[in-house]
Amino acid sequence: LASAGSGSAAMSSGGTLSILRSDSYAELSQYRDQHFRGTRYDQERLLRKSCTLYVGNLSFYTTEEQIHELFGKSGDIKKVIMGLDKVKKTACGFCFVEYYARGDAENAMRYINGTRLDDRIIRTDWDAGFKEGRQYGRGRSGGQVRDEYRQDYDAGRGGYGKTVQCQ
Amino acid sequence: MSRRRHSDDSDAGQPHKRRRTSEPSEIEERLESLICRVGEKSNSSLESNLEGLAGVLEADLPNYKSKILRILCTVARLLPEKLTVYTTLVGLLNARNYNFGGEFVEAMIRQLKECLKVNMYNEAVHLVRFLSDLVNCHVIAAPSMVAMFENFVSVTQEEDVPQVRCDWYMFAFLSSLPWVGKELYEKKDAEMDRLLSQTESYLKRRQKIHVPMLQVWTADKPHPQEEYLDCLWSQIQKLKKDRWQERHILRPYLAFDSVLCEALQHNLPPFTPPPHTEDSVYPMPRVIFRMFDYTDDPEGPVMPGSHSVERFVIEENLHCIIKSHWKERKTCAAQLLSYPGNNKIPLNYHIVEVIFAELFQLPSPPHIEVMYTTLLIELCKLQPGSLPQVLAQATEMLYMRLDTMNTTCVDRFINWFSHHLSNFQFRWSWEDWSDCLTQDLEKPKPKFVREVLEKCMRLSYHQRIIDIVPASFSVLSPANPVCIYKYGDESNRSLPGYTVALCLTIAIKNKASNDEIFSILKDVPNPNQDDDDGEGFTFNPLKIEVFVQTLLHLAAKSFSHSFSALAKFHEVFKTLAESDEGKLHVLRVVYEVWKNHPQMIAVLVDKMIRTQIVDCAAVANWIFSSELAHDFTRFYIWEILHSTIRKMNKHVLKIHKELEETKARLARQHKRRDSDDDDDDDDRSTDREDGPLEEQIERLQEKVESAQSEQKNLFLVIFQSFIMLLTEHLVRCETGGIDVFTPWYKSCIERLQQIFLQHHQIIQQYMVTLENLLFTAELDHHILAVFQQFCALQA
Repeated sequence: LASAGSGSAAMSSGGTLSILRSDSYAELSQYRDQHFRGTRYDQERLLRKSCTLYVGNLSFYTTEEQIHELFGKSGDIKKVIMGLDKVKKTACGFCFVEYYARGDAENAMRYINGTRLDDRIIRTDWDAGFKEGRQYGRGRSGGQVRDEYRQDYDAGRGGYGKTVQCQ
Repeated sequence: MSRRRHSDDSDAGQPHKRRRTSEPSEIEERLESLICRVGEKSNSSLESNLEGLAGVLEADLPNYKSKILRILCTVARLLPEKLTVYTTLVGLLNARNYNFGGEFVEAMIRQLKECLKVNMYNEAVHLVRFLSDLVNCHVIAAPSMVAMFENFVSVTQEEDVPQVRCDWYMFAFLSSLPWVGKELYEKKDAEMDRLLSQTESYLKRRQKIHVPMLQVWTADKPHPQEEYLDCLWSQIQKLKKDRWQERHILRPYLAFDSVLCEALQHNLPPFTPPPHTEDSVYPMPRVIFRMFDYTDDPEGPVMPGSHSVERFVIEENLHCIIKSHWKERKTCAAQLLSYPGNNKIPLNYHIVEVIFAELFQLPSPPHIEVMYTTLLIELCKLQPGSLPQVLAQATEMLYMRLDTMNTTCVDRFINWFSHHLSNFQFRWSWEDWSDCLTQDLEKPKPKFVREVLEKCMRLSYHQRIIDIVPASFSVLSPANPVCIYKYGDESNRSLPGYTVALCLTIAIKNKASNDEIFSILKDVPNPNQDDDDGEGFTFNPLKIEVFVQTLLHLAAKSFSHSFSALAKFHEVFKTLAESDEGKLHVLRVVYEVWKNHPQMIAVLVDKMIRTQIVDCAAVANWIFSSELAHDFTRFYIWEILHSTIRKMNKHVLKIHKELEETKARLARQHKRRDSDDDDDDDDRSTDREDGPLEEQIERLQEKVESAQSEQKNLFLVIFQSFIMLLTEHLVRCETGGIDVFTPWYKSCIERLQQIFLQHHQIIQQYMVTLENLLFTAELDHHILAVFQQFCALQA
């Protein structure tokens, strides 16, 4: 169905302008998962068509329901997978959000990334796709690596970092 | 390579040597970058940057003329907020190179025709405005511009064309006048007077049935919500009265007057508006959103009045900035805040008003709702000392006017406000809103606060909400979202099915299979013994009750637990919900279990549709059922219904797409075969190749038809249900002699409007059926009016 009004479609006589194509929030970040099985090229190919986002800096107390409510604002969610401490099997501050449509994930990157959930600025990034095992923290104590070495006190993430706690 | 003149302007250029080895595409990128960046913050003045850029481009014309033409046409179309910067640039180029000016005008006309052909009307307006401002730059002769406008206005004389077509041509004419009215009137006052009088008579005779459907508020106080052409006409009339003096628009060409008036002008070729066709889709009419006036910022600069042309220009430009930078929230915020005239206009107020205008726009906002929330947060970050106060003031005003705000807009207000608060620790002066506590809970203000608190809870947790509101607000606080299991308490052991529930609980905890569940359920008696339908599939509400209650209770811990449960016992669900009554009953039980947790109900319904445990029509019937009457006006019900309709629509589109793709594959196959035709005349093998694809196409065709039939049926169910409910209410009021306009009625009739507006493209397909079957002349005029208003939107 033709829709009236503005078309951002490129026209044969004009096309578009690169300043208007700028979409920095939806671009790939520098991060590449070191545990990814495959080449760098494979990983980037998957990242560019992924509908899955990694979400970080969550509070340990943030629930799937809260994540669903917030991320549902950019589109229909297919699945939320909570990140778990490998030992305790409790939430350890990250999750994956998978959308049905890539466009919805892009909007989450544009408008939900860098805003607050449970009073914390959360961070989203493209993920190559959930695989069994990736829901677990990779830190030595079972949580995320960043909580191993963290020096500051963060009430929402178990207090001091694990290394500090052991001192 | 051309020998380029060096320029002192740092933007200008690359040394001669490097250019020789550059790729053409690099050069095009550089040219595009130079052109796009002119007008941005710079150490040099805009005039000297324009002068420098004109020099660079003039030198490049021999080799890059077509690229430069393309870029300039594109900025004219896509950067309307910098209109006068680029018309000045074109003016300077025309003064240096008359032929180029002529070619540019021709290219613009070609682009305009193309835009109109493919229904890109918003961009076409920008092109028309650009052409008209070229009159100010001595590129186009005023009389030829007037002639084009004469052709535009004469579209209003066409017969048997949609009003929205005439509207567009009228809008294109009127909305160019702030830029060029003065010049055109000076050169051709008699012709302009005639055009304006024709305009006036058109505006008087055009119908405005659509207006109530598009207004954010139904009240005229404090600011009338005017139809967009009416408002623009008032603005132009005032401009004319002010002798076309317009002081807001930045006009860089004024500084170059001495150069430009030496230039030779071109005449626009006669422009015949392309005829109306079946495929023409014109923009929908709009209502101008106004929430502020000069009284709202007594300290700062005066806000231009609602009928001043300055107001029009400011709003147009701010909307254009959002349209250009919606993907880049930081850039967008920065661009909005650096709109020129900051100390002469209360810019923060304009920005907030324009953003809410988009957020509340009917039928839908131009961009995804969440963008506006995040944009406002970015703006607050950039102007922490002033913008949050304006936003708080706006929120207060919106709250005060809730009684007459359209229900759809209230939905968006609820979503925006709750999400915004969640970014600011839910800090708000709730006590200021204590007036709502003394009102009937169904009234708009207390209803709004309840829904906001519920949404705030979804983004946090129940106790947090109890903590952030004063104790007096507890009556509006959301319920603790716990599950209600009817077989939970020992005291319920007399309920039928109690023992089976216990059995099921143990079995499920012990990882029972679907078959084991079936055998446990076999013993559940059927309260509707006689309702055995011939197929042998009995609808047994008690079986459904016991199974669904127990399973949902066991899986209550989280969404994921519930989804796993639905997946694991999918077979049982499918069997129990085989019939339509079965589907309805499953939904009823879900509601009974989770009525304290609307969010859970919504995600379960979504999952059940996607896994085909229930279908869309069942959800619609459930929403309009008497069991849900108590929650009928709650926001979450309508979120569920619209989400259901969207799933249905996406499903139809998906199958359609599959069909088109398969047809394309077949066509490609034929094409390949045709090109090998000379070698192969074995008909049998070609048939064999076609076979599987043709079969697939046939199957998909059937699937498309069945999906469209399901979609049509869904809308029929919804509209029929609305008609029944509303008619009941109207009859009751009439016989009882009470006022029709209860809060429930306002909510319900606006929800009906919302269905039309949110899904207007799809519903257009079924207009004939709706008109003949449902929205007939016998219908109560209150209900029929909604249908007529909807028809008027594309009339």
